[in-house]
Amino acid sequence: MTPIALAQPGWPFSSLSFRAFQCWLTVYRRIWRSSIWSMVLGPVCYLGALGFGLGSLVDKHSTASLGGVPYLAFLAPALLATGAMNAAVGEASYPVFGSLKWNRIYIGAQASPLRPAHIFRGHLMFMAMRIAMNCAVVVLVMWAFGAIRSAWVVLAYPAAVLTGLAFAAPIAAWAVTVTVDTSFNYIFRFVVMPLMLFSGTFFPLSQLPAGLRALAYATPLWHGVALCRAFSLGTAPRDPVGMLGHVAYLAVLAGVGIWAGARTYRRRLYV
Amino acid sequence: MSYPAASLDQVLEPSETEVLVRARALTKRFGSFTAVDGIDFDLYRGEAFGFLGPNGAGKSSTMRMIGCVSPPTSGDLSILGRDPVKDGSVIRARLGVVPQEDTLDMELSVRENLLVYGRYFGLPRRVIRDRTAELLEFVQLADRAKDKVEPLSGGLKRRLTIARSLINEPEILLLDEPTTGLDPQARHVVWDRLFRLKQRGVTLILTTHYMDEAEQLCDRLVVMDHGRFAAEGSPRDLIARYCSPEVLELRFDPDVQDTAADKLKDFSAERTEVLADRILLYVPDGDAALGAVRASGLEPLTSLVRRGTLEDVFLRLTGRRLED
Repeated sequence: MTPIALAQPGWPFSSLSFRAFQCWLTVYRRIWRSSIWSMVLGPVCYLGALGFGLGSLVDKHSTASLGGVPYLAFLAPALLATGAMNAAVGEASYPVFGSLKWNRIYIGAQASPLRPAHIFRGHLMFMAMRIAMNCAVVVLVMWAFGAIRSAWVVLAYPAAVLTGLAFAAPIAAWAVTVTVDTSFNYIFRFVVMPLMLFSGTFFPLSQLPAGLRALAYATPLWHGVALCRAFSLGTAPRDPVGMLGHVAYLAVLAGVGIWAGARTYRRRLYV
Repeated sequence: MSYPAASLDQVLEPSETEVLVRARALTKRFGSFTAVDGIDFDLYRGEAFGFLGPNGAGKSSTMRMIGCVSPPTSGDLSILGRDPVKDGSVIRARLGVVPQEDTLDMELSVRENLLVYGRYFGLPRRVIRDRTAELLEFVQLADRAKDKVEPLSGGLKRRLTIARSLINEPEILLLDEPTTGLDPQARHVVWDRLFRLKQRGVTLILTTHYMDEAEQLCDRLVVMDHGRFAAEGSPRDLIARYCSPEVLELRFDPDVQDTAADKLKDFSAERTEVLADRILLYVPDGDAALGAVRASGLEPLTSLVRRGTLEDVFLRLTGRRLED
């Protein structure tokens, strides 16, 4: 009989998490073709309808409040950050819930050497991969639409992925504790939609009343939008401290989510 | 660390002395509810051990603790000589688990399900490929290897779950109600496969509320009720201890059942049980007892003499009440 590679106690955690990630890859291999189309369709529709359609009206007036760039160039990086958020919420809500209740992937994995923290991190790796794929498609569509103004855009891509992780990790950590799937509607309605509309995505925050503006500054999506936009428009070098601030905010949020997820998964799976 | 216990075509002699699972005062509480109430047991390598009991008796909670996915509230538990809380991951690498409800991935093919599972255990793809062929042969699913899981029947899914649980060549196989919901044919195929695993030296730990399953598979069993052991022993021991060799079942006209029951109380049966539709007499010799009943002037509508079974033991120990 062939020798067996056992889970040795000293192995780094990462390799066990990677095993859980591989499970998700195997599942995804079956559906990746159909998922490509939905990834492309979203940014094409938004950039076409809003960037070109609405943008042609906006650009007839002064674009000074947009930083003097065409509306398309203003909007596109915000859609990159927003797309990352949407992908994150999509991957971290129902799929996490379903892994407990519907296809019970977590329950199956639990009987193996994987610990709840590995199951969580493995799934999070897959979420990160899906977010990265989504962002890559959006960057390509932005480029095809001529919406990119600077070579700094290569940093807008990791910034968008980080924005996605800042949503995915905390939401997954929470989603595993959810007992009825209707809870997710609250996230979609009361978190995702307002964030998408009021984070400087479609119009600059300077247009908001001061009170609301302060609230918007506190939300994670605004930091992601600001970061992506500064890189896409090439204005980032003018404000390196601000950029670091955005990165720090998003990294802390992602870090708290990763820390919390290991605990909530454990509490939910080891009863 | 001795591993693997047995490849599928190798027969190991069960050693009665090696304790694989040891529990002392093992307790599991959920809030104020005590699911497992201070039980003690030793499970030996190579045996088939059964936890019997009605729903809610604490069988599954015990299994989850042995499966290292549920930390005990108190008491001692050691599995393969290790602490399940500290070394859960290492212990689980040597266990196979067949859960009560299948956790197969319906989107994937039969073979992919084994691949994913083998990867969880860190097995190289080549090893998984070889074992998959061997295991699908073993559970008679080789011709379905490329099929999607979703449309498979309940019996086939169960067999796939069993094959999947063996991918890491476990020393102990935990089976939580392995044949619940299967038709008789499918149950017999599962029993046959489990019996062959046992012959190959795999230690089986199972829960069931089917007495025929326990009689077929278990060397030793415990009857659980309210989180405790009501009895333990081999199926034969338990029948000898808690039941009579034979049972006489008598059915009377409903109008005369009560008077018949009164009269039968005077009979020298070990125990008499009056049910809604029949009266059971637990006796050493059923035919002799039936003769005596008739001689006393009672004429049952129908009568049946049968051997005492584990089901009689079970009902005696856990009662005929309905829970949950």
